[in-house]
Amino acid sequence: MTPAERPLSPFLIYKPQLTSVLSFSHRASGVALSLGTLLLAWWLIAAATSDDAFAAVQWFLGSWLGLLLLLGWCFAFFFHLCNGIRHLFWDAGLGFELGTAQTSGWTVVAASGALAVVAFAAGLWVRG
Amino acid sequence: MAEPRLRSPLGRAIGLGSAKEGVEHWWAQRVSAVALILLGLWFAASLIALAGADRAAVVAWLHHPLAAILAVLMLIAAFYHSALGLQVVIEDYVHSEWRKLSTMVAMRLISMALAVAGTFAVLRIAIGG
Repeated sequence: MTPAERPLSPFLIYKPQLTSVLSFSHRASGVALSLGTLLLAWWLIAAATSDDAFAAVQWFLGSWLGLLLLLGWCFAFFFHLCNGIRHLFWDAGLGFELGTAQTSGWTVVAASGALAVVAFAAGLWVRG
Repeated sequence: MAEPRLRSPLGRAIGLGSAKEGVEHWWAQRVSAVALILLGLWFAASLIALAGADRAAVVAWLHHPLAAILAVLMLIAAFYHSALGLQVVIEDYVHSEWRKLSTMVAMRLISMALAVAGTFAVLRIAIGG
């Protein structure tokens, strides 16, 4: 059977634009943060269990893989937070104009990037 | 002339369309999102302050009732928001009916299990230590 000639999904035929890239990234960062809850649960359960269990999590988080994951989640968290606030404004019916959506999009990129860098640097500084 | 009505009176009263659900999902996702703005920022700031800390520091942090209460609220809001979001992702990208159902059930069970485990851990530290 030959597949029917159906229209393709927008993401396959349109040139990527800021609005569509941020929309997809919101989803992707949400899924990434959901996966991150596994680590959060491990961290809390280890803290409730024993010194050894907690030392194991802290060792993993301090390894290069752990730090890389934390850096990724740091960016995902602040992006999802900032873009989520942008979505809440849309839900209230505000900011739908093309120019405004573009400006708020770049604001989200800049604000979340800056917050993530500052937060991660602060974490590294506290850790010493 | 009155507009012809194709829906039954009961259908109109319940107000649900072919999706078999109303706006509860949408609202729940927004309400949990608003809660998570504050709870998430507080939790992120707490984690930064605890970077590289030993277990005693985490226990001392959660021994404070306010921290324990906020942590439990954060866990409930985060796992609820995450399950609602993952549900939409599964609905959009998993097409075969049995696979959609099994992914959805697994996602909900894992979310619930992690939420309970995390909450229990916080309470154990807060009350027992």
